[in-house]
Amino acid sequence: MGPIALLAHQVRYDVRASLRNPRARFFTFFFPIVLLVIFTGVFGHGNTTIDGAHVKLSRFYVPGILAMSIVVAAYANLVVSIAALRESGVLKRRRATPVPPALLIASQALSTLVIVAIMATILLVIGKVAYGVGMAPAAIAAIACTTVVGTLAFACIGYAVSGMIGSPDAAQPIVQATTLPLWFLSGVFIPTTNLSSTLRTVGSLFPVEHLAAGLQLASVSTSFSSAISVGDLLALAAWGLAAAAFAAWRFSWLPSTQCVRA
Amino acid sequence: MKPGVLAFSVVAMLTNSLDVAVSERRAASSPKPVSDLVISIRALRKRYSDHEAVRGIDLEVRRGEIFAFLGPNGAGKTTTVEILEGFRQASDGQVEVLGANPWRAPSAWRERIGIVLQESEAEPGLTVRECLDLYAGYHHAPRQVDETLALVGLSEQADERATALSGGQRRRLDVALALIGDPELIFLDEPTTGFDPSARRAAWEVIAGLRDLGKTVFLTTHYMEEAERLADRIAIIAAGEIIEQGTPQTLGDRQLSGARITFAPPSGTAVGDLPAALAGRAEQELDGRIVLPSCTVAADLHALSGWALERGLELDDLEVRQPTLEDVYLNLTANDQPRS
Repeated sequence: MGPIALLAHQVRYDVRASLRNPRARFFTFFFPIVLLVIFTGVFGHGNTTIDGAHVKLSRFYVPGILAMSIVVAAYANLVVSIAALRESGVLKRRRATPVPPALLIASQALSTLVIVAIMATILLVIGKVAYGVGMAPAAIAAIACTTVVGTLAFACIGYAVSGMIGSPDAAQPIVQATTLPLWFLSGVFIPTTNLSSTLRTVGSLFPVEHLAAGLQLASVSTSFSSAISVGDLLALAAWGLAAAAFAAWRFSWLPSTQCVRA
Repeated sequence: MKPGVLAFSVVAMLTNSLDVAVSERRAASSPKPVSDLVISIRALRKRYSDHEAVRGIDLEVRRGEIFAFLGPNGAGKTTTVEILEGFRQASDGQVEVLGANPWRAPSAWRERIGIVLQESEAEPGLTVRECLDLYAGYHHAPRQVDETLALVGLSEQADERATALSGGQRRRLDVALALIGDPELIFLDEPTTGFDPSARRAAWEVIAGLRDLGKTVFLTTHYMEEAERLADRIAIIAAGEIIEQGTPQTLGDRQLSGARITFAPPSGTAVGDLPAALAGRAEQELDGRIVLPSCTVAADLHALSGWALERGLELDDLEVRQPTLEDVYLNLTANDQPRS
């Protein structure tokens, strides 16, 4: 197999494995939909402003929850599953085959993109059908771009964080501790316009805020150029690149009980 | 002759001829030309920050043999194997596996080796067949999936989730995953640890089958019986050094060391009552039995039974035993305190 065919081969099995994982299915698909229904049900008729435009909160929550499900799929699930795969020796066994390690990593990122694409479609359709949150084609194209950049950036962050985690038992708490506060500070659960300027500043230091802001800007725009938030995309890319560099330095294929990296 | 007895003797004959066939094949395959080296290690050392795990070992493994690498926990076994597999870098010395330094070997080199790790779980979410299909894709010329499943006895489980297999079946899946690329050399790291006896025997059949495929096998194990059953040659490592190398028959000069005759002393007799030729060597154990190390078993037994018959005594619990490989191993590693 050539490298492209081999990558497609690996992606096919990675996607199949993650669709069959009940934990990933719950957190990636079911949970965001439930939150979208609850938030729009409770607050949906209120108003907020996105980029100066007055909109219903339902238009805020559809891209906000999409941002959350991207972070869950690309970061949380990846950290938990890599920690488990490493500790159970699966990564080491794959590393013992002729398959290039870069290809395994690329496949994991691409299969996450496939999962996120499925989830984004579901959320946008629910938003349109159930809550009347329609979007211009240019806005959807901008959401797609931001989604791709965000997914790849969070996958890199996932690899970096999984390199710092010793045992799979630690993965879930670390994921919760690093994401839960950010849902509140980053305009996922609450519009950032409701936050104090200090909290807004804190939130904007982290990548979740840039992903949510980028998707929310797109959802109120009618042309592609106004729907793309270059600053947010650059912030996401910077986080992604820094994380990738850290992961390349720190990532390990061997279980943590073994003291040497290979 | 009763039918049962007949059946028994036929089975016994077949088993004997099988044993002969196995030992003949071993004998035929053991002297190999030196150019057929698959693994060659010279003065290998591996230092960690706090201790030296491997302290200058030499090993050679030839094509087509099953080589067993034995040692207590912490003796440097796994470190050595991981250097051979390319997961760790040697601190010092030369290591060649299939003509390459494993640490710098290109991915094409990995086409030629298969690895069954000591601890590795199944690919989550995939069936047995999907696992093999996935790994087959990693290789240029993989074996057929169905044939490989049949080889390890997992044909019936092909469509089950790999994570739902029993421990023994999962290990056989590991072997199948190591075999799917049709490698020349296979590393098996403690392949039957934690198995029940029947699963162990089934695994042994699979490993013996690898020899029939012409593969070279590097096997690490805790179980002497396993090494004795499978291996053409054995090396024992303790505290980072090779303390003994040989065939299962000659390890630790086992073929030269004598047998032990033990028996319960007839009532009213002690070691001193034995014939003078025996009494000098005999010792009484804590349980009261008398142990007689013997290099001339027939003569000693003759003297002993003559002595008993003369006095109208019975020799209870009489036993003649060659040292087992386990005895040899325990003897050789007795002074080595495992570092944990």
